Amino acid sequence: MKLVNPLTAIFHPPPTPGVLAVFGHLDATVDAIGQLRKGGHTDFTVYSPIPRHEIEDALDQPVSPVRMFTLIGGIAGCAIGAWITLYMSYDWPLVLGGKPVGSIPPYVVIMFEMTVLFGALSTILGIAFNALFAARRLGTVAYDPRFTNDKFGIFVPSELARQGQVEGLLRGAGAEEVRRA
Amino acid sequence: MAGTQTSRVTYDFVTRAIARTLGHPGKGYYALLGTAVALLGVGIVCLLLLLRYGLGLAGYSHPVYWAVYITCFVFWVGIAHSGTLISAILFLFRSGWRTAVYRTAEAMTVFAVMTAGLFPLIHIGRQWYFYWLLPYPNERGLWPNFKSPLIWDEFAIGTYFTVSTVFLIMGLIPDIAAVRDVATGWRKKLYAVTGLGWRGTNEQWRHYTRGYLYLAALATPLVLSVHSVVSWDFAMAIVPGWHATIFAPYFVAGAIYSGVAMVITLLVPIRKLFHLEELITVHHFQNLAKLCLLTGMIVGYAYCVEFFTAWFGGHPDERAAFWYRAFGPFWWASWTMFICNAFLPQLLWFQQIRTNILALFVISIFVNVGMWFERYVIIVVSLAGEPFERFANAVYNPTWADWGIMAGSFGWFFMWFLLFVKNFPAVSISEVKEVLPAPRRGKAVAA
Repeated sequence: MKLVNPLTAIFHPPPTPGVLAVFGHLDATVDAIGQLRKGGHTDFTVYSPIPRHEIEDALDQPVSPVRMFTLIGGIAGCAIGAWITLYMSYDWPLVLGGKPVGSIPPYVVIMFEMTVLFGALSTILGIAFNALFAARRLGTVAYDPRFTNDKFGIFVPSELARQGQVEGLLRGAGAEEVRRA
Repeated sequence: MAGTQTSRVTYDFVTRAIARTLGHPGKGYYALLGTAVALLGVGIVCLLLLLRYGLGLAGYSHPVYWAVYITCFVFWVGIAHSGTLISAILFLFRSGWRTAVYRTAEAMTVFAVMTAGLFPLIHIGRQWYFYWLLPYPNERGLWPNFKSPLIWDEFAIGTYFTVSTVFLIMGLIPDIAAVRDVATGWRKKLYAVTGLGWRGTNEQWRHYTRGYLYLAALATPLVLSVHSVVSWDFAMAIVPGWHATIFAPYFVAGAIYSGVAMVITLLVPIRKLFHLEELITVHHFQNLAKLCLLTGMIVGYAYCVEFFTAWFGGHPDERAAFWYRAFGPFWWASWTMFICNAFLPQLLWFQQIRTNILALFVISIFVNVGMWFERYVIIVVSLAGEPFERFANAVYNPTWADWGIMAGSFGWFFMWFLLFVKNFPAVSISEVKEVLPAPRRGKAVAA
């Protein structure tokens, strides 16, 4: 008896059934997005070789949560910068000429650098977490290598029964090529 | 930007033209790479001898204990700056022309900081103790002194290197995905891994564009801060010729000036070797030349202010230091600096010069030489003429160990740069496409 590898289910999930459309034009893609949204579709994926505001506007997505990562990372970095400089000064106080042991102005440099460092690293984490790793479904939806070159694409997940209707909608909006996946 | 590139330039053309740079590069490329590796070999041999026989080989003599290695450190950190200026500040200003040149500039930043970072290690003499630079207490529980500009510098350079590296890698992801989808063989596998599964979906772009914006915003103050902190290594000391409040802006302007010149020096051969004439046009070179002219004028102004302040301040030691700088035994270094940095770039006022690639290439090399000598003049000449124990001042001259390691640093830098442009997209594919008119039904409308 052949045992089922449990990791296969995580790393090689079965493909999502649906319809993949390839568009040669930006405005056709935007039209198709509008019609899909009107038709009640919400969980479709749009591929584009470059980020375009027209697509963003048509999708009307909320602002990315990456900014919270940046903010929290920056504040944490600033606090860590203040903490290491002050803690390290007071841990072994070197009193010179009655001047303050922990003196803020020179420590601002360290606080600033740590703000930028932690802010940048947490931004990277935010992008990775949100865009690259959290999108687990991504491995299961159909893709075409032309989408990073010069074509736009839309993948609409749908059961077999509705695929015909979605196909008609995408063709009507100006898709160059439509195929079922 | 529209209009500067021919109508033949479409999305597909951009992908193909840049993917082609990853193919067989021809003999010229290997000749350059071989030269770089040979130079690196010279540097390594000199470094090994330095390790064996000690820093005495570097010709250090009282009071010049910061010499060619620190000069090279400041030079390479400076080279790095224009990369971040072009990739981050011009990104925030939505400057379209940066798209074709920023990847090269950014890669230059990372490799220049990598080169710069070697010099403090070489300079400390006992390289195996480099970890003493890290903020941890010694055996008596004493921590590093955070009031010292040297430790600020360590944090500044460390942050700069980390942030510019992640910024470069971040920008590369969509482009690696684009070449992954047209590549074949082992390259496809390499790009499949390094592309991190990028597909250009709406969710990916949504987080990516936001994150990129914040990274640019975080990198922007670094352009100004890193070289300011480097300048404080000097300005916080009381050596005449170092102790000046103008140092931070003076160093930042100089850094961007030398960096832009280095971008021109690098782009001219890259464009020729990889046939990128249609993507990197004369328009881009002209804009770089204008940046060079602007920062060169600021640097020239700073030279004048330094001399004026020394005279107007009336302090005899300060006056003596600047007299020594211009007419002392190192006059040749100072006048090389003035001529290469302040006088020669005035030629860039003429459009015929700005649009002549060969002339720009030659001027950019002179600026690089001049900017190296600027650091030499500031660091070595100020120290050599310092007034504190004048009776004990010996004559300093750089030795073969200095020149050898400096040559090695150029080899190290060019080796990494050449390997990068051959193996990864040297021009941003997605950003060049962004400034092209998007394909629309019926007719193409300008973006």
